[in-house]
Formats: sequence, structure tokens, C-alpha cells
Amino acid sequence: MKKIVITLIPLALFFGLVTLLFLNMGYHNEHVPSPLIGKSVPSFELPLLYEDKTMTEQDFIGEPWLLNVWGSWCPNCLYEHPVVTDLAQSGKLKVVGLNWKDEFSDADNWLKRLGNPYDVILVDYVGNTAIDFGVYGAPESFLIDANGIIVHKIVGELTPENVANEILPKLAQLQ
Amino acid sequence: MNTRYLALILLLLSSSSLWAIEVYDFKNQQQRELYQELTQELRCLVCQNQNLADSDADLAKDLKNQVADFVMNNQDKDTILAYMVQRYGDFVTYNPPLNAGTFFLWFSPFIVLLIGAVILIFNIRKKKQ
Repeated sequence: MKKIVITLIPLALFFGLVTLLFLNMGYHNEHVPSPLIGKSVPSFELPLLYEDKTMTEQDFIGEPWLLNVWGSWCPNCLYEHPVVTDLAQSGKLKVVGLNWKDEFSDADNWLKRLGNPYDVILVDYVGNTAIDFGVYGAPESFLIDANGIIVHKIVGELTPENVANEILPKLAQLQ
Repeated sequence: MNTRYLALILLLLSSSSLWAIEVYDFKNQQQRELYQELTQELRCLVCQNQNLADSDADLAKDLKNQVADFVMNNQDKDTILAYMVQRYGDFVTYNPPLNAGTFFLWFSPFIVLLIGAVILIFNIRKKKQ
């Protein structure tokens, strides 16, 4: 009896490992947790897409805002565009675009075709500001409070679900 | 026919990262080595099972440029790693620091070793009897 139990141990361990790996398979995603949550927005000075001036992070102090990183080259930005538009039109918070590594004419055409949901659009042609924000793909969105602290980050497209379950509750907590 | 095979082999070989040409104008060999070391150790965030040196993703190129800039401006290794970790978290380095979150990662091999040792001792004792 004892011998049977001992010989079964490796088998049990094996199945335990299989179960563990199997469970982790569903859990695995490519989301890198941001170390910037709870910290101040990195400082930047960026030109605007449609105005001949630059803005810094200080210009956004005073009300909560959402920074949405996008590019006309990014397929999922197309996918999330209606959601960004709905959120911006709801008037619940200011939605700011960060046009990342994009050509002006491409970005302009994209917005003309689909509509421009943004309050203002910052341009990061080189990509340095995106690196400061820890961006590693588009789209990404940052919820920032009135004092310039990053409250939440969504990696990947905004959906009606993550707006309703993450962005809006976090925003409500701020007010 | 033979030349075709040769061409194919050369083509395959040339895709190896060993043949990658770095375009940066480093001042000396130390800088070149530090750059190599850092890009080996930093993870490409887009293609997560590659390091920066091996990756050709746009973001990886930007990050490599950033690393090269720092190296050419005589920043040391710790400063550059800290810069990356502040933005992308511990995940960005293939050599994660020891802290509460990574404790299991670092010590699980020793736990397995311990289990093995216990089994071994148990078996030896049994044989002696």
C-alpha cells in the first residue's frame, strides 16, 4: 500500500503541474503593470497637431483628463475610435490625444475620415514622451487626476466594458 | 545548384543577431560593451520573449536609441536600468531585482533542490536498513 502511494507521488506532481500551467494559460496576458500608477505625469513639452504652439503637463492641471495614445497606423485605434468618441462626447472628462510616431498627413486624413473626438491632440513624432509614459503599444490610455497624478492605465483598446467598469468608477472616486 | 544552397545558407546565417550591425558612434570599447550588455539584458516590451538586441520592433529601436544616447553621454549601467524600470517596471529587465514580488522566482529552484535532497536522504537511509 505504502509503495503504491510513493510511486503515485511523481504522477500526482505531474498532474499538479499540468493543472497549474493550464490555469495560468487563461490568466496569461501581455499587460505589463505600470509602475507609474500613483505617480505624477512625466514632464513633457509637445507640439499640437492643429495649432502652432506647444503644451506641457502643467497646462492640464485643474481637471481630470484621459490621455489616449494613438496613431493612424494602429488598427486597434480604429476599433476603439467610436468608444473614445462616445466618452469624449459624454462630457464626463477631457479626452486628450497623443499622436504617436505618425505623419501629419496620415493623422489628419484619419481624423477627417472618422471624426476628431479629442479636446486637443499632442504630437510625439520621435517617441520620447511615449517612452517616458512607459507606452509599449498603441492604443494605451491614462486616466490622470486634477493634480496630474496617473490614476489608471488601460493597455489596448478602450471598450464600452472597461470604460464602464474601470474608467468611470475611478473618475467618480476622484470627484 | 550548389551555389543556390550556399546562398540560402548565407541568407539564413545573416539573420542571426550576431551579424547585426550597430550604427552608433561610441567613443570607446567600454561604451560599446555596455551598450551590448544593456540591450541583452533589457526586454523588448512588444515581443516579450526577445531582448532589445534581438528585436527589430519600432519601440525596441527607440529604446535602443535611448540606451545608446545614455551610453554615449557616459551614464552608468545602474542609471540606465533605473530609467527603464521606472517607466516599464521590473518586467523590462531579464535580471529582475530581489524583492517581495520576485522572492518566489529567485528561490523556487532552491526549494526544488531541497525537495530532491530530502528524497535522496530518505532513499539512502532506506537502502542502509
